[in-house]
Amino acid sequence: MNPFRLLKLIARTGRIAEPAPAAPVADTEHPIPKALRGSVQVRHVDTGSCNGCEIEIGAAFGGVYDVERYGARLVASPRHADVLAVTGVVTHNMVEPLLRTVEATPRPRLVVAIGDCAHDCGLFAGAYGVAGPVSDFVDVDLEVPGCPPRPEAIVEALRRVTGR
Amino acid sequence: MIATLLVVLQVVVATAITPLLIGVMRQVRARLEGRIGSGVLQPYRDVRKLLAKEPLRAEGSSIILVAAPLVLLVSSLLVVALVPLVTTANIPAVPNDLFVVVSILLIGTVALALLGLDAGTAFGGMGSSRHMMIAALVEPTVLMSVYALSIPVGSSTLSKIVVARGADVTRVVTPAGLLAVVALVVVVLAETGRLPVDNPSTHLELTMIHESMILESAGRDLAWLEVGSWLRLTALLGLVVNLALPWGLADSMQPLALLVAVVTLGVKLLVAGGVIAAAEVFMAKVRLFKVPELLAGSFVLAFLAVTASYLAG
Repeated sequence: MNPFRLLKLIARTGRIAEPAPAAPVADTEHPIPKALRGSVQVRHVDTGSCNGCEIEIGAAFGGVYDVERYGARLVASPRHADVLAVTGVVTHNMVEPLLRTVEATPRPRLVVAIGDCAHDCGLFAGAYGVAGPVSDFVDVDLEVPGCPPRPEAIVEALRRVTGR
Repeated sequence: MIATLLVVLQVVVATAITPLLIGVMRQVRARLEGRIGSGVLQPYRDVRKLLAKEPLRAEGSSIILVAAPLVLLVSSLLVVALVPLVTTANIPAVPNDLFVVVSILLIGTVALALLGLDAGTAFGGMGSSRHMMIAALVEPTVLMSVYALSIPVGSSTLSKIVVARGADVTRVVTPAGLLAVVALVVVVLAETGRLPVDNPSTHLELTMIHESMILESAGRDLAWLEVGSWLRLTALLGLVVNLALPWGLADSMQPLALLVAVVTLGVKLLVAGGVIAAAEVFMAKVRLFKVPELLAGSFVLAFLAVTASYLAG
């Protein structure tokens, strides 16, 4: 693209991020590890999602909801991650990869189950390929309900972890 | 003794300012993309968090996984100590010679490449081979372009080059000087893994160079790797800005001179970093097979700079 056109577009568009909503109230019953304050790297694990949640995660990390402003960032390796964002029902083929991914994430780590499928298998409960919800296999620290959850809900869950 | 103190001060200042430089670069990019950005202090928070995490190491990995991050960090700190950033003084026992600096940079490069191979993952090996290819193309250009600047001075000691350029303004804006600085900028971007050679914020393993080598490191190991590669950016970018604008550096322990030196370094680095980050918004990563063409272009510029400085003196 012509750099001048791009420059004009940048000047005309300005800020696309929406104003930040009030910070969520900290949950005193399940405290978040202090070490993760202010900086959280997220590794996304799809264990059998319909990709609805993925679109919403993409939106949460996109320019409009901009969860990066609170210190959360997507990373490419579980070794770099503090939070595993698990979406979808756990299918038989994904049980082992899920357990291995959790094992490969250094402590302190949190597992966030995103969407109704991760919580209770949702629409896919009882299907032949489904092994169960995420909490049957790994300890879940936070849950984001919704089918699919709104980006605001994902942003709020991650803000609980970063505390910003 | 005074020289040693000055060099220690330079390392402390450069290390303290490095996360801020990275934070400013990310913030500039975020603002131009219409985002709010995570704030210029985010890299400090990232490093603090990484140091508090357990360094998880893969089963079957060797001592390299522990040692390579430390080797990279130490080599980067050494480069920061040798390159004239805050002071033009240097420790007599270790000359801040161009060839010494480039060799120490290569130690860090090789440590990173070995780290990529250590865990035996496919992406790590791919990253290492790409990294070595770029290193092989970058080092000659760094040598040639600084050599072009060293010819009029008659010494390949970096601090002497900076002092001589600072003393005589006509030396700064010569054809040879400009060509050499342009060539240096291109290779510094390649060496530190910035666009258009490597994308520092990518999540796509297949396109990664630097990131794919550190995929297996966690916690403390990852913190050292991040700080080590950020310090390389500070050192190389600082060298370029001090060669292009060789003013403000301190050569004595006078408090005022030191203050001026620290402030000018901060301003020069942050402005240069901001400009690079802004320019990156307008760029896409080039295909890996086009990278040698880009780097060959910068080598030609460096070669012309050497020719010009022989002809024009």
